[in-house]
Amino acid sequence: MRYTILCYHNEEITSAWTEEEDAEVIECLKAVNRKWAKNFEPIVRLMPTGTATTLRKTENMVVDGPFAETKEQLLGFYVVNVDSLDVAIQIAREMAEANPGGAYELRPIALYYPSGEAIEDGPTS
Amino acid sequence: MAQPPEADWIETRLVGARPQAVAALLRYFRDLDLAEEAFQEACLRALKSWPKNGPPRDAASWLIMVGRNAAIDHRRRQARMTELPDEEAISDREDAEPDMAERLDAANYRDDILRLLFVCCHPELPATQQIALALRVVSGLPVARIAAAFLVGDRAMEQRITRAKARIARADIPFETPGPIERNERFAVVSAMIYLVFNEGYTDANPKSERAKLCDEAIRLARLLLRLFPAEPEMMGLLALMLLQHSRQRARFNETGAPILLEDQDRSLWHHGQIAEALAMIDKAMLHRQPGPYQIQAAIAALHARAGKAEDTDWAGIDALYEALEHRAPSPVVSLNRAVAIWKLHGAEAALETIAPLAGPLDSYFYFHGVRGNLLEQLGRTSEARDAFGRAIALANTPAEAMHIRQHLDRLEAEGASTATSS
Repeated sequence: MRYTILCYHNEEITSAWTEEEDAEVIECLKAVNRKWAKNFEPIVRLMPTGTATTLRKTENMVVDGPFAETKEQLLGFYVVNVDSLDVAIQIAREMAEANPGGAYELRPIALYYPSGEAIEDGPTS
Repeated sequence: MAQPPEADWIETRLVGARPQAVAALLRYFRDLDLAEEAFQEACLRALKSWPKNGPPRDAASWLIMVGRNAAIDHRRRQARMTELPDEEAISDREDAEPDMAERLDAANYRDDILRLLFVCCHPELPATQQIALALRVVSGLPVARIAAAFLVGDRAMEQRITRAKARIARADIPFETPGPIERNERFAVVSAMIYLVFNEGYTDANPKSERAKLCDEAIRLARLLLRLFPAEPEMMGLLALMLLQHSRQRARFNETGAPILLEDQDRSLWHHGQIAEALAMIDKAMLHRQPGPYQIQAAIAALHARAGKAEDTDWAGIDALYEALEHRAPSPVVSLNRAVAIWKLHGAEAALETIAPLAGPLDSYFYFHGVRGNLLEQLGRTSEARDAFGRAIALANTPAEAMHIRQHLDRLEAEGASTATSS
């Protein structure tokens, strides 16, 4: 089963980190990554929400900024391939210890072929 | 696990929440000192309460409410000690409470923060005081750190900030929500101040120095404003410009602190994450089709950043952008910069012609004489080059700049000597 671990944090806080603090958090997370290396698939760090552009589909309008105006922003995500939700939660716990603050949302994912057909190990398998 | 102590995390949250909290408290109390004291008090309570109860979900709102209540209690206690409480005033304050709570959710905190920054840019304050005040009040940097950044003593900086605050207290700060035109004016003034903060840090060769860290602070302030006003192309331009300039920090100076020219820099030392973010930001700004000076300057910096090697630089593109900038924001300094592009495109003679009319307005500008010296040197007009470099040394802003020019002079001397002996 594949899960994404969506990383939410308050950007006011993360942008107040100094470069050293940022590097320290990344170092701590790397230790977790190494431990679970065989379960980890792509890891994506999103650029700050200031770079985001949103297309509002119904109005067909391009607006600046991320879609959701919330206290915590989606700052990145992991894809993990694990046997159970328990393992995914365990990974998220360890990452939370390395990088406190904010929240991790765990969401099972379906993978699609370019043609758009879902492959078997999506959420229904 | 190498986890930093809890207090550090609380500290980071306090720093992150500070601009919004102080800005809201300023709207409430209409007094900068009172707003700052209220925030300080709220921070003290946070340090006591958060480790026990965990940090609140919305730190800024928590700090605003606690700070506001603490300041009101304090005022009441003081009033009781000095004189009978003013019934009317108290009932006023209580009426204000639900109003305040409601306003916390409202979107007007965006204008609060813009106002807080704008207040620091009061036109009566000299630029250095504006910067010091913004760093103290908005960013919350300790006086000692600001003093270190400006290379003055703590007491001198403390006095400078106190004087600046006193001036602002006498000034009439408009508290109503600004209209679109007023907001744009505030934006321009605040953007200029943020860029001043950045430039203050930019000249420092040591990336660990307090002064150099001002660059990070300026970038943080620009990010903050862009989060609040996400559709401002000039703010995107300013942030992109600062990120691009900052991306070269590790490549801009050698071990002795002497500046390394752009074309001689080791481009692998550039911060490619910052460059990527800035390029994305410029693309976004362009969608608005409202070019402005910051966007154009960012676009120029982007052309430098996109060149993998100095030889690959798109000088024609840079020349065209400087032309656009000359058109929009004419200044002799812009023309001087354009002359460098002309030099690369059409040679030293053409560039020298371009800068000839700048001799008057830029007579006391270090870079003018530096560029002029370089052009003359290339054209073999050695004695004129020597004079120009001599003039540049006299105007150098830092010892490193002077040293850099001195190397040119030494080279000229050496060449002069060798020609003399060989002839």
